[in-house]
Amino acid sequence: MNVLSKVIALGVLSVVAACTNNDPTALGGGAGGNGSILPGSPSDPQSPAYFQQTVGDRVLFEVDQSTLTGQAQTILQGQADWLLANTDFVATIEGHADEQGTREYNLALGARRANAAREYLISRGVAGNRLTTVSFGKERPIEICSTEECYSKNRRSVTVLTGSTLG
Amino acid sequence: MMRFLTSLLLGLTILAAPVYAQSGPLRLELDQGIIEPLPFAVPNFVPDGPAATQYANDLSRVVAADLTGTGLFREISSDAFISRVSNFEAPVQFADWKAINAEALVTGAVNVSGKRLTVRFRVWDVFSGQELGNGLQFSGTTDGWRRMAHKVADQVYTRVTGESGYFDSRVAFVSESGPKNQRLKRLAIMDYDGANVQYLTDSAAIVLAPRFSPSGDRLLYTSYETGQPRIYVLDVDRVKRTELKTQDGTMSFSPRFSPDGRSILYSLIQGGNTDLWKMDLASGQSVRLTNTPAIETAPSYSPDGSQIVFESDRSGTPQLYIMPSNGGEATRISFKQGRYGTPVWSPRGDLIAFTKQNKGRFHIGVMRTDGSEERLLTSSFLDEGPTWSPNGRVIMFTRESQGASGRATLYSVDISGRNLRPVRTPDGGSDPSWGPLQK
Repeated sequence: MNVLSKVIALGVLSVVAACTNNDPTALGGGAGGNGSILPGSPSDPQSPAYFQQTVGDRVLFEVDQSTLTGQAQTILQGQADWLLANTDFVATIEGHADEQGTREYNLALGARRANAAREYLISRGVAGNRLTTVSFGKERPIEICSTEECYSKNRRSVTVLTGSTLG
Repeated sequence: MMRFLTSLLLGLTILAAPVYAQSGPLRLELDQGIIEPLPFAVPNFVPDGPAATQYANDLSRVVAADLTGTGLFREISSDAFISRVSNFEAPVQFADWKAINAEALVTGAVNVSGKRLTVRFRVWDVFSGQELGNGLQFSGTTDGWRRMAHKVADQVYTRVTGESGYFDSRVAFVSESGPKNQRLKRLAIMDYDGANVQYLTDSAAIVLAPRFSPSGDRLLYTSYETGQPRIYVLDVDRVKRTELKTQDGTMSFSPRFSPDGRSILYSLIQGGNTDLWKMDLASGQSVRLTNTPAIETAPSYSPDGSQIVFESDRSGTPQLYIMPSNGGEATRISFKQGRYGTPVWSPRGDLIAFTKQNKGRFHIGVMRTDGSEERLLTSSFLDEGPTWSPNGRVIMFTRESQGASGRATLYSVDISGRNLRPVRTPDGGSDPSWGPLQK
């Protein structure tokens, strides 16, 4: 349910983002003129915070898999749209694994996941030279319980925006 | 360390053997499966003056702890002693040691003059009343007293079992602190028993999986100090590290030395795919050894350098394979149920230790090099990453406990599966690499 409503919101907002971008004069004025949207805040569609929270910066994977699920593809499509609209940003895609696996295998598995996300973004038109990958294997879980509830959130790729010339 | 090493070597002297009646020598046959540990006594070594008292006591305690720690020996408490040993040269009262069922007896004496420490010792077969081997003397600086104790214990172990020891050795590992989601990791080195921990990196970057060079002078490891996992070599004495350059824009990890120490194997990630490569350390040139869309990692050379055992998921799940050391066709050797990883060839060449994941549990196991005679030595929520003692008798590994407060601890286990015990480290510990017996 959550994902679904997020996807609908995303569709609407990416249209907004596209419009503002097509009109260069609206860039500064658009956000400021609105009066209620603070530039750089999560409600600013051009902000990394918006990308992280509203577009969704992460996708999840099945156990020992790097295949993108339907949900993952939807989120990555949103990321691609955002990156195409906000060309001043580059991204590092982190690949992660849960703790069920050996350290070195999981490092390789995380690399597969990061690469799967990267390839998808490229297939949707994002330039490959804007996207680097890094695998953290099982070194950086976000949830620390040892049950599937946590594991499912740790098997992820996270698209981290870097190198914004907008500061 | 080098200076100490030299003085230790210079100080080795064989003591003149006293003459006793000869009969069948004491011998613990390890291959026959030790059920009942051999009872031994180590009366505190005789100090030669007040400056030596503390060293004599501590040294004899470390000798006893080394032997007891194997699970093959059982120490008889000094409370049971009938005889006191107050003179190293005086004849041993064998009847008194027989009466308390001590089968082996270690006597010793310690002299300290200035910063120089000398330990003399003899090993006795109590029931035959015979000395096992010759009395020996080690000298060195006083701050190296633990190493001298380990050397004495190695001698006792070798004389009683006929196999080389492993006490005078070091272990490289990753020291861990903090919660799972913000864990701080530092490369560290310590004596095999957890003493003398020395940190080799700070915790600014994640470090993983160190591996000792065959002579123990260098460590290979993986660090995130550039933001990407990359492989480094570190000079242990100078604590000086150098990045091993692989292709630009790639991640590299899982580095392992060749038996001659001149080249390394490692995993390189290109476009999300992990393959095995080999680098000549002198030239820095790399060649590819595997070329598949599967994950190939965790390589380990056979002791003669002719073959490589590694982990690959080319069959769909991670399994163990052996290939010639220049690459080529690989043969799968793991066939039982479960996922296999981190294979490590034993120093004797006859066994491969591995991590196995099956039905939600992790195990450390060993198998023959053709995959036969698989035996699981441990079982827990998460055991991984075996490393062999220099004599191939003991395996050390990482055990991580479950849940939010989960913590990594080093453990060791005899290859019989007996004598599972934690190795005490100041913080958590993972990824052990057991170095060679020191010279």
